[in-house]
Amino acid sequence: MTTAEHPAQTESQTDTAVNPLTAPAPELWRDPNAKPFVVFDGITKEFGDFTAVDNISLDIYKRELFCLLGGSGSGKSTLLRMLAGFEQPTSGRILIDGVDMSGIPPWNRPVNMMFQSYALFPHLSVEKNVAFGLRREGMADGDVKRRVQEILDMVQMGHLAKRKPHQLSGGQRQRVALARSLVKRPKLLLLDEPLGALDKKLREETQFELMNIQEELGVTFIVVTHDQEEAMTLATRIGVMNQGEIVQVGEPHDIYEYPNSRFVASFIGSVNMFEGVVTVDEVDHVIIDSAEAGGLLRVDHGISCAPNQKVHVALRPEKITLSHDKPDQDVNCMFGKVEDIAYMGNMSIFRIRLANGKEVRVTQPNYARDIKGKFTWGDMVYLHWEVDSSVVLTV
Amino acid sequence: MQRRSYFLNTSALLGFIFLYLPMISLVIYSFNKSKLVTVWGGWSLQWYVELFNNDEIMSAAMLSLKIAFVAASLSVVLGVMAGFALTRMGRFRGKMVLSGWISAPLVMPDVITGLSLLLLFVTLENLFGWPSGRGAMTIIIAHTTFCMAYVAVIVQSRLTDMDESLEEAAMDLGAKPFTLFFLVTLPLIAPAIISGWLLAFTLSLDDLVIASFVAGPGNSTLPMIIFSKVRLGVTPEINALATLMILIVAIGVVAAMYQMRRREKQEIKPDA
Repeated sequence: MTTAEHPAQTESQTDTAVNPLTAPAPELWRDPNAKPFVVFDGITKEFGDFTAVDNISLDIYKRELFCLLGGSGSGKSTLLRMLAGFEQPTSGRILIDGVDMSGIPPWNRPVNMMFQSYALFPHLSVEKNVAFGLRREGMADGDVKRRVQEILDMVQMGHLAKRKPHQLSGGQRQRVALARSLVKRPKLLLLDEPLGALDKKLREETQFELMNIQEELGVTFIVVTHDQEEAMTLATRIGVMNQGEIVQVGEPHDIYEYPNSRFVASFIGSVNMFEGVVTVDEVDHVIIDSAEAGGLLRVDHGISCAPNQKVHVALRPEKITLSHDKPDQDVNCMFGKVEDIAYMGNMSIFRIRLANGKEVRVTQPNYARDIKGKFTWGDMVYLHWEVDSSVVLTV
Repeated sequence: MQRRSYFLNTSALLGFIFLYLPMISLVIYSFNKSKLVTVWGGWSLQWYVELFNNDEIMSAAMLSLKIAFVAASLSVVLGVMAGFALTRMGRFRGKMVLSGWISAPLVMPDVITGLSLLLLFVTLENLFGWPSGRGAMTIIIAHTTFCMAYVAVIVQSRLTDMDESLEEAAMDLGAKPFTLFFLVTLPLIAPAIISGWLLAFTLSLDDLVIASFVAGPGNSTLPMIIFSKVRLGVTPEINALATLMILIVAIGVVAAMYQMRRREKQEIKPDA
């Protein structure tokens, strides 16, 4: 398809000047002078005496694919619905491209949304569903037809244009819903659990497709999801939400490797947590005495804390190495019994019980076909890891 | 196919016999040649011919159809509005009263509805001079009050089932509330509206008790004529008339059910 004639793109010519098909999304959030595209300014939303969203301030930049990640009831959907205009914030302002959205009804916002249920109109054909938004603008017949055909071809649904939604499979409905939300070329596209209803294989395909579309059209995406894997693959940045607050915002790598709290560490991926007391706190390392881990833990980053403060060390299961022989290190080393092994194909998950009763999860890649035989139920094994594997969490 | 138990077969059969035997005998006797209702004298269509030549019955039939048509249409408008108020307004003052009032006509004895409406009409006439006298107008109003309750209940259940994100999607795509209603909401609840109309139409056509209370002289509906004639003895002509009414009502009910089914099939079931 040709992107040159898109009116929406004439306003962002700086983007199209560098080939939009190959250019990575500019990492504007790292530039302190960049102008944010969407601004949440102290947004609070209360339903009766329940606070769904609690004083959130957040900047999202142009061409980002921002994921709001959180469990159910974390307020992520409410935040999205306020952006679309279905809910009004109790206090605070939302700016889109510098324009204050308060009092602007959904039908006048430069935003389109893809609903979790897809919300395809059951009485209209695929074609008419997609054309619905363009017709409301009063666009000429010929233009509508062309635009609808174009976008349906892009999501590979052109051949099913005459079908009704109930004659489509789940994956096809999802494509139609995506086409319908993109056809008006919104500046901002909101996606509510876009891949929730799809099976795993279809999800993975669609994830990459979404990323391609986003790069191709240069639209800013905000995605709401409870699926951390989805967020990790899709997002340029992730905002982790809990009980109406944003607890951490960052690139997927940062969120995973440098969680700022125990909540984020355990919400994203799985993690082993060891409680301990700081004994040495230098600029380039800390040493923590942990009864739970049964020894000293050394981490290669300094923290700012009171002496003898209680902290947690978070250690991802894949960063631990198992061995039968005692490793040549006296910190970051534990000894325990293999209690359980789950064979996952590409890797195995081990549950290891330490002498003090603490259970530790370890994952090992299955780098040879019968790695399974190397460690077996009841084996006594050493667990060890590097100083740059774990992080210290003070909250 | 799976074999069903004798017990279920027998109960189904008994049910059908109980419901349909009286009607079947009536239909058969409407083709009776004999002048005596209970004596079989061979097949004939003569009572149908006589029926269509009977001006009194025909004009009553026309009046009934007219009343049913207007009352059904009015009840659809009011019933849809009530259905919306009940599902969409959230909690509001008087909601209990409204929903109670909506289901009242469904359980209230017709005699009471009829009597209370008659009293209301008489009082209104004494106070404001309207409605002057009773006739087609008062019957229409009376029928609308109880028929709209049925429409409201049907529309309400349809709206409750409807995915509200459909309307949000329409707004999101730029539809203002007015367009939204006519392009999305109305087509989606159309089956409920059509079946509500058909139900209201048949209910109005059927009603004897309420109409007897609020009708004026010279404005007898078809059921009233039939009832008064039956008191003087059943004639085969009445059988023919009743057969036609069964036909009309059956068509109405079947069409209403068909409408509901047809659209339900289009709904997207989760995991379909």
